[in-house]
Amino acid sequence: MTDRQDIAAAQAERDRRSAFAPAAPEAVVEDAAVPLFTPDPDQGPARSLWSDAWLEMRRRPLFWFSAGLIVLVVLMAIVPQLFTFLSPQPDPNYADLSKARIAPGPGAWFGFDGQGYDVYSRTIYGARSSILVGLGATLVTTMIGGVIGIFAGYFGGWWDTILSRVGDVFFAIPLLLGGILALYTFPNKLDTPYLVMVGKVVLALGILGWPSIARLMRSSVLQVKPHDFVQAARALGAGPGRIVRSHILPNAVAPVIAVSTINLGVYIATEATLSFLGIGLQPPAISWGVAISDASGIGLVRSTPHMLLFPSLFLSITVLAFIMLGEVVRDALDPKLR
Amino acid sequence: MTTTPPSGVRTTRPTRREPGARTWIPTDGLLLDVEDLHVEFRTRDGLARAINGVSFELRQDETLAILGESGSGKSVTAQAIMGILDTPPAFVTAGAVRYCGTDLIGLDEKVMRSVRGDEIAMIFQDALSSLNPVFSVGWQIAEMFRVHRGMNRRDAEAEAIRLMERVRIPGARERVHNYPHQFSGGMRQRIMIAMAIALDPKVLIADEPTTALDVTVQAQIMDLLKELQADSHMGLILITHDLGVVADVADRIGVMYAGRLVEKADVFDLYADPAHPYTLGLLESIPRLDQQGERLNAIGGLPPNLTRIPAGCPFHPRCRFATDICRAGDPPPLLEVAPGRRVACHHYDQLLGQHLLETERER
Repeated sequence: MTDRQDIAAAQAERDRRSAFAPAAPEAVVEDAAVPLFTPDPDQGPARSLWSDAWLEMRRRPLFWFSAGLIVLVVLMAIVPQLFTFLSPQPDPNYADLSKARIAPGPGAWFGFDGQGYDVYSRTIYGARSSILVGLGATLVTTMIGGVIGIFAGYFGGWWDTILSRVGDVFFAIPLLLGGILALYTFPNKLDTPYLVMVGKVVLALGILGWPSIARLMRSSVLQVKPHDFVQAARALGAGPGRIVRSHILPNAVAPVIAVSTINLGVYIATEATLSFLGIGLQPPAISWGVAISDASGIGLVRSTPHMLLFPSLFLSITVLAFIMLGEVVRDALDPKLR
Repeated sequence: MTTTPPSGVRTTRPTRREPGARTWIPTDGLLLDVEDLHVEFRTRDGLARAINGVSFELRQDETLAILGESGSGKSVTAQAIMGILDTPPAFVTAGAVRYCGTDLIGLDEKVMRSVRGDEIAMIFQDALSSLNPVFSVGWQIAEMFRVHRGMNRRDAEAEAIRLMERVRIPGARERVHNYPHQFSGGMRQRIMIAMAIALDPKVLIADEPTTALDVTVQAQIMDLLKELQADSHMGLILITHDLGVVADVADRIGVMYAGRLVEKADVFDLYADPAHPYTLGLLESIPRLDQQGERLNAIGGLPPNLTRIPAGCPFHPRCRFATDICRAGDPPPLLEVAPGRRVACHHYDQLLGQHLLETERER
């Protein structure tokens, strides 16, 4: 429940935890020594946890690689036309049954699918669903989980007990199983608008995904809370809102951001799975999951592998990019891993 | 110099106070009056009585040192005054902390918040962990002005630089955007002090301000505190376990043991002629140049577990003067044994006026 240390006799002696983040005491000016400030030529005048992390990330090729991929996919989601206008068939909704299942060639870079749609433009347009669901679900889980985690961690006591148990209940439901259950209970109809469909998936994933973020936030807040600067802020007249906003949150949010980035990839994959099962997004919506589902009919995998290959490849690369970025961010924010 | 009108203390600066804030004016220079304070910690291991009836007063321009071992209740006393004890497990069960005549215990949290920082401020032992690692020091000092005085960013930063200069941080203007870990220990403590005095508090509580610093820096920080006190006429409560730090700064000393004040005296009297065996033991345990090669007189044993404070005088298991009267009944009361001297010991007459430290030195 309350993760306080035993307070009995040792309470009076402030236990001096090690400093939070400093990597090394650069640019230290000794008190007795010459009172001149000498800027450190390598480090620049000032560095925070975040600028430290940025410097660290900047050096990693993996960061640039994954960030580049993500920028590309996000661009696809925002302006797919940018990628399709040179293609022989830029309209993803134009179908020509006479060309069904034709392999990649000059008429269509990625070939045609079972309905005669152009696989290339449908794959490009499919990015939008994945990014929307991924970002949406991450936003929802981080908001719900973050707020609940802060409450449970900072206020402790009953708040903590109740919120943590509720979190455990949701945590016990597997993400995919819960998603299937939720979307079976509230199925889409043929005329359900695109954004409502996306919203449903986001909501299902969000409601099931928040406990992991809440747990992380809670433990992170518990770690920051006993630091002297929180006590010092109280002693200098800061209220709970101010303490949470400017002292707890900035020091506790780093692991949450790292894990959220990794989760984003997981949510994209789950959306594809739900769509593959026919309950996530449904045609006429274009999505990688829907495309993979269409491509995996009996016999199709062997006769028209291009229908399966391209959407799967895009999906895998996108998920991989987010997970790689998450790892880089996590490493950069953790001074111990440097 | 000694009697300052409360308004004169505050320098010229916009004074937009938070709504609900009130003005606090000390009567006859009496700032803080702690009376019979009791604090206990309700833990799984039982009831720890951290403070058992502590009383003291603090006036303007005065420095009171509270001396004691780890776990004697020094820091808890400070936290109780500030109202920043974590409840649960800590509970103030009795007593009063009167600031300018108003009891702070049980005061509305909003009012209390306007007291903290504005009226009573506190600095901590480890300045590195007392500063938020993700914000620049200037931002953190300026926050005091932005939040409590409603200043805009630029004015607040100018004030922050002014304060950093006031606590003698070299190159304040260049360093205002630096982060805590880029400063040395002494400089960090100066920044902490700057934050604490930002709003011109009338009482400053320094909880072991120099423990984490090396000796030369300790002296500088103590000098700084003394100087700031002389400028602003604030009352200073200095919590420490280091008799050396106290000697030339404090006016009066209270010695704490097991959550009680066992001796209160003026600083010279206490050093020259301790009246409580515990104080004597503390003074004897300071290494001295004229005792080279001799065995240091440490106080044997350990301070009592606060969940099981022994009956009678809590110091009796470690006391060489202890007799049967010390081992049973209530702890000896803190009695006035000479003008300005209070001691809680049945056998103070064996110590007071005997100059035990002197005789030993001559031996």
